[in-house]
Amino acid sequence: MKDLSYQAVMSRKNEIMKNAVGIDYSAFEYGRIAFDYEGMMEKVAYSIPQMQSIQAETKVGNTPLLELKNINKLIKKYSESGKGARIFIKDEAANASGSFKARRAAISVYHAAKNGYKGVIAATSGNYGAAAASQAAQRGLKSIIVQEVFDSKKIGQPEILEKARKCEAFGAEVVQLTVGPELFYMFLRLLEETGFFNASLYTPFGIAGIETLGYEIAHQTMAMENKFPDVVIATHAGGGNLTGTARGLIKAGAKDTKIIGASVDLSGLHMASDRDFNRKSFTTGHTGFGIPFATLPDRSDVPRNAARVLRYMDRYVLVTQGDVFYVTEMLARLEGIERGPAGNTSLAVAISVAREMDEDKIIVVQETEYTGAGKHPMPQLTFAKQNGIEVRRGDPSQNIPGKNIVIPESFDQLRGKDVDMIKMKDNYIRNAVENKVTEITMEDVDYLAQEVRLPKDEIVSRVSSYNVKIV
Amino acid sequence: MERAKKGDWVEIENVLLQPHERAAHIPEDTKKAPLIMWVRGFLLNESAEIGDFVSIRTLAERTTSGTLVAINPRHEHDFGNPVKELLEIGCELQKEIESL
Repeated sequence: MKDLSYQAVMSRKNEIMKNAVGIDYSAFEYGRIAFDYEGMMEKVAYSIPQMQSIQAETKVGNTPLLELKNINKLIKKYSESGKGARIFIKDEAANASGSFKARRAAISVYHAAKNGYKGVIAATSGNYGAAAASQAAQRGLKSIIVQEVFDSKKIGQPEILEKARKCEAFGAEVVQLTVGPELFYMFLRLLEETGFFNASLYTPFGIAGIETLGYEIAHQTMAMENKFPDVVIATHAGGGNLTGTARGLIKAGAKDTKIIGASVDLSGLHMASDRDFNRKSFTTGHTGFGIPFATLPDRSDVPRNAARVLRYMDRYVLVTQGDVFYVTEMLARLEGIERGPAGNTSLAVAISVAREMDEDKIIVVQETEYTGAGKHPMPQLTFAKQNGIEVRRGDPSQNIPGKNIVIPESFDQLRGKDVDMIKMKDNYIRNAVENKVTEITMEDVDYLAQEVRLPKDEIVSRVSSYNVKIV
Repeated sequence: MERAKKGDWVEIENVLLQPHERAAHIPEDTKKAPLIMWVRGFLLNESAEIGDFVSIRTLAERTTSGTLVAINPRHEHDFGNPVKELLEIGCELQKEIESL
């Protein structure tokens, strides 16, 4: 009988992970900190045509691209003359299980089945759980989803409760935990006990699966408008959505398309805090994941995260919880489609950005997600009120995460806030080297330059400022 | 007291970590609480009541055990109360579109 104590299980982490993912990450590592990202994506993952065919087998992909004609009219109304780009939305809710996450799960589950695993396990409180369960159901595999869902009083976030229900609907065993990062310990125990595949969100399979989304967007926009999109906006949390989409756009030839990351601003709330856990109305797509994952991607549940947003993100724009609820209501009332709020984060940013851009430009909002009980503005705002959060109309700049939700009084008030990209890149560099190494090589400098898209001389000077030598 | 019989859909609870066993770098409020886990499945015991230590077979066909806390647990999340602040938005925007 193996020792199942916290310390014993955590000390077996590397061995458990190796068996559960089947990737030898060390084969791609070089220098002091570098690894061959493109090599890993090419050797481990699948090609676009292979993935299109895998996804087509399990009801994923080829989702519609829809022009938001009424919202676009309002954008014109609230823009200066000659300004006001048009927004199109990629209706990813049409995938099996109701979100773009099916693209990632399709590839992971296919790979697990091909390699003889009897089941998959994923640690997620998001749409990915239902996606993995839905894909596993189709390929005849078992699935276990491990969720962080309750505070210490066993009060569950309504959105996560709904996701648990959906996982069960597809036949998953749902393991539900109270708040805390030690979820990873239970996740490892389950991987060890079952021998199932770790369908992590962050393997090359999980990221490459989204490339088909960017690829479709490029081709659909070309077919409809005779050009590639000028801007694609992706909601950013762990980084996979943005990374995969950007890679797919590049593979389709849309190299000049600008990529904007979008998140809900939840600054001030601690993600591992029992008290703060139920004081937020968004469980993903927020800065609590977005900023740490951008600046330290390898914090994920695999040794090397295949989602690396700073390689692709041109801008990072934040909106408030109130902005996203406003936009979700707008989408239903003006465009006649009811979609989940978290997926509309990028739409809120798009409305803000569209007004700065010329009227002949095209913005693609690259996802929607399904909506339902719990996963909808009404239950979220009801829950917020029950948790002592003030809900009112007003100026969204007065939003204080965890204290209030201020819903805009007019369309004109939808204004995103840019995050300082240089500061994020510098934080990435600091996280990569400070207190980790005393020296790095020029190969590592090259790697860092690719990671954050800064010139090498700038990398050298920033690395040196953290007392790390270049040898 | 309500009893569950073999094959009933139930929920079990396990305390994974006591407060003093929790990870070092977590917020103080979280550290004060144990890490608790709940799993649902079909009861394997012939009969049990709330509070009994039981075994279940999950949807992933895994056998596991813990304290019985719920029999035929209901998904309680819903669509919440009507939220006036949201309902107003649609009406305002629709008027704006009509006036364009």
